[in-house]
Amino acid sequence: MGDILSLVAKRLGYGVITLLVISILIFFAVELLPGDIAEAVLGQSATPETLAAMREQLGLNQPAVVRYLQWLAGAVQFDFGVSLITGDPVSSAISQRFANTLFLAAYAAVIAVPISIVLGVIVALLRNTIFDRVANVLTLTSISSPEFFLGYILILYLAVKTSMFPAIASLRGDMDFIDLLYRTFLPALTLVLVVTAHMMRMTRAAIINLLASPYIEMARLKGTPPWKVIVRHALPNAWAPIINVVALNLAYLITGVVLVEVVFVYPGIGQLLVDAVSKRDFPVVQACCLIFAATFILLNLAADVGAILTNPRLRHPK
Amino acid sequence: MKDDKQVLLDRIAEAARTGGISRRSFMHYAAVAGVASTTASGLWVKSAKAAPKKGGTFRWGLHDGNTSDTHDPGTYVSRQQIYLAHTHRSYLTMINGDGSLGPDLADEWSANDDASVWTFKLTENASFHSGKKLTADDVIASLNHHRGEKTTSAAKALLTDVTDIKKDGDYAVVVSLGRGNADFPWLMTDYHMAICPANDDGTIEWKSGDGSGPYKIETQEWGVNCRLSRHEGWHREGAYFDEVSIIILNDPNARQTALVTGDVDSVSIIDLKTMGLLQRDPNIIIDNVPSAGAITMPMFCDTAPFDNVDVRNALKLAMNRDEIIEKIAFGAATKGNDFHHSPAQPYWPDDIPQREYDPDQAKSLLKKAGAEGLEVSISTADSVYAGAVDMAVLYAEQAKAAGIKVNVVREPNDGYYSDVWLKKPFCLVSWGARPTPDVMYTLAYKDDAAWNESHWKNPRFNELLLQAKSELDDAKRAEMYREMAMLARDDGGTIIPFFNNFVYAHRSNIGVPEKLAASWECDGARAASRWWFEG
Repeated sequence: MGDILSLVAKRLGYGVITLLVISILIFFAVELLPGDIAEAVLGQSATPETLAAMREQLGLNQPAVVRYLQWLAGAVQFDFGVSLITGDPVSSAISQRFANTLFLAAYAAVIAVPISIVLGVIVALLRNTIFDRVANVLTLTSISSPEFFLGYILILYLAVKTSMFPAIASLRGDMDFIDLLYRTFLPALTLVLVVTAHMMRMTRAAIINLLASPYIEMARLKGTPPWKVIVRHALPNAWAPIINVVALNLAYLITGVVLVEVVFVYPGIGQLLVDAVSKRDFPVVQACCLIFAATFILLNLAADVGAILTNPRLRHPK
Repeated sequence: MKDDKQVLLDRIAEAARTGGISRRSFMHYAAVAGVASTTASGLWVKSAKAAPKKGGTFRWGLHDGNTSDTHDPGTYVSRQQIYLAHTHRSYLTMINGDGSLGPDLADEWSANDDASVWTFKLTENASFHSGKKLTADDVIASLNHHRGEKTTSAAKALLTDVTDIKKDGDYAVVVSLGRGNADFPWLMTDYHMAICPANDDGTIEWKSGDGSGPYKIETQEWGVNCRLSRHEGWHREGAYFDEVSIIILNDPNARQTALVTGDVDSVSIIDLKTMGLLQRDPNIIIDNVPSAGAITMPMFCDTAPFDNVDVRNALKLAMNRDEIIEKIAFGAATKGNDFHHSPAQPYWPDDIPQREYDPDQAKSLLKKAGAEGLEVSISTADSVYAGAVDMAVLYAEQAKAAGIKVNVVREPNDGYYSDVWLKKPFCLVSWGARPTPDVMYTLAYKDDAAWNESHWKNPRFNELLLQAKSELDDAKRAEMYREMAMLARDDGGTIIPFFNNFVYAHRSNIGVPEKLAASWECDGARAASRWWFEG
């Protein structure tokens, strides 16, 4: 176990350095955008004097490097500053939105992960049958269509034509859990359709790869039924690639869903990030991007740890 | 004095009965006679209509809402802020459904002879949602929010002429102007001029979202939603809904779907491309209201080749406005005539000949100017107006017939108004509606205006602009605006293809007044207090 802990510590260390580099990149990328926050806030009707007063008030007259270092000094103490536009602390602006995003991601993952792994096992078992072909064609179609398009298709058939589900999520504070699940079903289903194919096909490929190995041949020769060959013998060795692809898809569910949020009017963090970028609200942009980066770093780490735990050989690199 | 007033009143009342004057003129003459606009409103007998019913929750889907919006009236810019401001805050005056100026917080207003000192008498019935009475101090602090060196308000330019704001008792405010401005009460309808509670130090408390409007905010998340409940004891007629639930729907498709499925009762804008399809739904009524918002194409009058008036007019003649309105605006527009004064604004001169597509005349003008084979570049971006790039391409095709080569330059959407507008000699611009021609001309056509987007400097035009500003006589003023319109049309550097309509929609169970205000979408942004549930 000790080697795993040291691996985790090492990877977390790298992760912090990665975050630092990302924060520099984001800061200067925002700086490179044409126009500035004063122009974005005041819009078309601003005069040069009001723009100057606004810049003064926001401290935009200081050089970019100084502003970055000031932000960094706060950030290392977990103070991510206040939104330049609303004046609210960044943490309070983001927390509810991030919670919404996590909820939707979890909702989709709870449906998508079991379905895709079970489906993956089944299609591996029934490979090259009609079932395999149909499942592949359907999932590949759904992953190949843009997610907003899938969303519109679902809205058309499940909301407009049949009125089974609401077309817009419109969350409110006073909804109970069942109502919440009902109102967010369509966005969750869209995400499920988007991520299922990837995980299912990876499961299928990983298992089929193993089916040519001698020990599987052995299991077959001794008369083990096909489902048992796959579930008991092949699957345990296939976990590593499956966990990796699951982790990647989970990260996608958290960071890549802004289009789904827009289509279903779901108040997640993606919309917040887009607004913050268009207004050049650097502290909010920075915080959102760091959350995204941290999500990727942590999920990748979790995937590696998971892979090592399921495959002891990986603990002893040659 | 009293008798004179009565005589005048009787005369205009008689004219109103016989249909001799419009309500707008009636209200104006009444104001000149010093009659309170509330009284005048009462005098103007409206056609009988069914009394609106009270009750229900109005679910209102709005576009253009950002998470980064705030309650600061000085930085109001998004539609979310503007609609909300008209729902939870009050203004001194408001634009009525028929386009006339009516009372909001101010019961009446009057000016001295040269329109340089305006007195607003406030209603004594207005209160903030916190329970505090609204007095002159709140109004003064709210107006001062946009004045002074340190202000970050986008509305600073509107109040630059104001030299002093004083109170006259708790319920009267006296505004002194450096020079006369007969339109000053109209300026008070600008969406930035929302009245907020004053702090003791003369600043305003805007952060709490307190206001004196028809509805008070219960819960709110910017860019997501807002729930409001009726402010019992609001100082005006209306506010029929018990509750208002604003839902931000930035995506055109989500907006339309929500309306079709009945998730919302009204949406603030609809996609023109699908207007025809939406019209077929019997549960949906589309409101198509001509507005004073305009698409303009300014040319720098001090930059070759636009420094020659014949070249400018040739470019104006080379445009087929009917085709542009049909193909780009899907018919939802009023044809422009190259002067920035829309039929939705007061004093519109209706006898100015419409400029039509005439490539032959354009050709001969170019010949006269010695500019045959003219080649110009026009900058545009789709963020200006949906279809702005297509429109420029269509114009380029139309101009070919006049022997003009127009190169369409597609600029980045982001930062268009800081990097392209006022910088490129020929570009495409979208203007929001302004209440009066004076405001519009002062903003973008006056020789020394910061936003003189065409660099047009016509001495006669500027002379008339200043004269009209302080002219209280309606007829004389209208005549001046007519002459200015002719100057802008025949000498100016701005092509105005069309004034775009406001196109929004509501479900058929919503009752709306006969006339919808043209100052903003959704009945001048006041749908929440002017509309009701039917049946």
